[in-house]
Amino acid sequence: MFQPEYESMQREQLEALQLQRLNELLARVYETVPTYRTKFDEAGVAPRVASLEEFAAFPFTVKDDLRAGYPYGMFAVPLRDIVRLHSSSGTTGQVTVVGYTATDLDNWADLMARTIAAAGGAPDDVVQNSYGYGLFTGGLGVHYGAERLGCATIPISGGNTKRQVQVMKDFGTTILACTPSYALLIAETAREMGVDPASLPLKAGIFGAEPWSENTRVEIERQLGITAIDIYGLSEVLGPGVAAECQCKCGLHVNEDHFIIEIVDTETLQPVPDGERGEVVFTTLTKQGIPVVRYRTRDISRIVPGECECGRTFRRLERVTGRSDDMLIIRGVNVFPSQIEQVLLGIPGVAPYYQVVLSRRGSMDHVEVHVEVSPDVSFDEIKTLERLRARVTAEIASVLAVNIAVKLVEPKSIQRSEGKAKRVLDLRAEGSE
Amino acid sequence: MVKQLTVFLENSPGRLARLTRALGDAGVNMRALMVADTAEFGVVRIICDRPDVAKGALEDSGFSVSVTDVIAVAVPDRPGGLADVLEVLGAEDMNVEYAYCFVEPGGSGAVDVFRVERVADAVRVLGEAGIRTLTADEV
Repeated sequence: MFQPEYESMQREQLEALQLQRLNELLARVYETVPTYRTKFDEAGVAPRVASLEEFAAFPFTVKDDLRAGYPYGMFAVPLRDIVRLHSSSGTTGQVTVVGYTATDLDNWADLMARTIAAAGGAPDDVVQNSYGYGLFTGGLGVHYGAERLGCATIPISGGNTKRQVQVMKDFGTTILACTPSYALLIAETAREMGVDPASLPLKAGIFGAEPWSENTRVEIERQLGITAIDIYGLSEVLGPGVAAECQCKCGLHVNEDHFIIEIVDTETLQPVPDGERGEVVFTTLTKQGIPVVRYRTRDISRIVPGECECGRTFRRLERVTGRSDDMLIIRGVNVFPSQIEQVLLGIPGVAPYYQVVLSRRGSMDHVEVHVEVSPDVSFDEIKTLERLRARVTAEIASVLAVNIAVKLVEPKSIQRSEGKAKRVLDLRAEGSE
Repeated sequence: MVKQLTVFLENSPGRLARLTRALGDAGVNMRALMVADTAEFGVVRIICDRPDVAKGALEDSGFSVSVTDVIAVAVPDRPGGLADVLEVLGAEDMNVEYAYCFVEPGGSGAVDVFRVERVADAVRVLGEAGIRTLTADEV
């Protein structure tokens, strides 16, 4: 543990710390952010709570609040105190800007150092940071955490995959940080270059920034010969470093000394007990630049009940398998692209690359899943391919409870991503087929 | 026994043109080409003079290629010529997965290509029935 004094704090002590920090936060945002003052006043709550339970009466913050304040309306400090600006990826609408003070960056580096340490990292590790550097929080978030932990940090950023493999081999990378889809591309590229990834010193990877399935974990671990750790964060709350798995891989420990996590019922928006599913809501306890109060992430998950054997007392968030923004509604059925991925990884003969293509046929939306045939499948006979297609169609129908057309496409024809994989291709705006 | 290349292709305009151009640029001469298509994809089967070179060239151009052993038989140009051959295989309970034929330039008959599951056995039973299968050099 990088900071055992916090990470294994007694719950009672932790909750007292949370309450103290929460009251400081509420007073601060009421004073400095007009949006919060208005929201609190409208909800009839004073910026002070006597217990954490009372906090449930406070109003939520949503992405639109941040958009409405674009660019700096939700900042709680003057711009002269801000030392860094990042931006959300904007995949689901207008981008939002987040600002960090020097203290925020210092805390962030600590939280990411915890994350890398939880994955098995130590000062003698070599961390290859293949997250994109730039406005995206992933690159610099991992970078400063790896340095804080004392690792030799390679700021290679995403892209140029052959060079990634070369550097991994030559520099003796022990920990890889990137999106899970990029990890698979690196493994595939290594094999094409005649490098067996399992023969390299690589031992662990911290993967996040997109939803991924347990089968993808198994696949990455098998292909790269490593322990694959899921990390979680979002720029509105911090970036990476909000929660991360330990080596038990049984849920992501939320850094509860810096964040309050709540799970709320998606209909009533009331907090639900640990173990029940709902929307994940975060409050930043220590952030100075752009704190958020009860921010609705649109991620659906639950708290894993019970204690973890690793000794951390922070509660665990179950792997987030999809953001409600990514959810497709196909003939009335909710479908997350990660469910399709889970199915494909269980079928030999197809590669773990797929794309859900939405198009318009007449007045109807048409959904088709494009699936790559694995290069090692024997496709000489049409019946082999037809059987494969029938199997993929049947298994998707059985898991998702909806029939989706499946199209087999040539190996390596689906665009490989060096960052967040684009799993859904929406052609509906481009006219009918 | 002859080596046939099989290429998995999406049904999209220009894809077959790119495939044949890649072979042409590599100096590969095709003897036969057969496209089997379904609604969404096609499988292209190729007999050519240098299958190894052809496979490398296609893979370099991003195609997925597998190599399959098939049987090639020179069938006499007369009624019932092909039936004589197929009856031998049928009598041995050998299923023909697919077949196609081409004509050798200047040749007197057609060359028929068959895919069966047990290629070596098929070559043997055809030989025993007095039907000679062609070698790679002969096609």
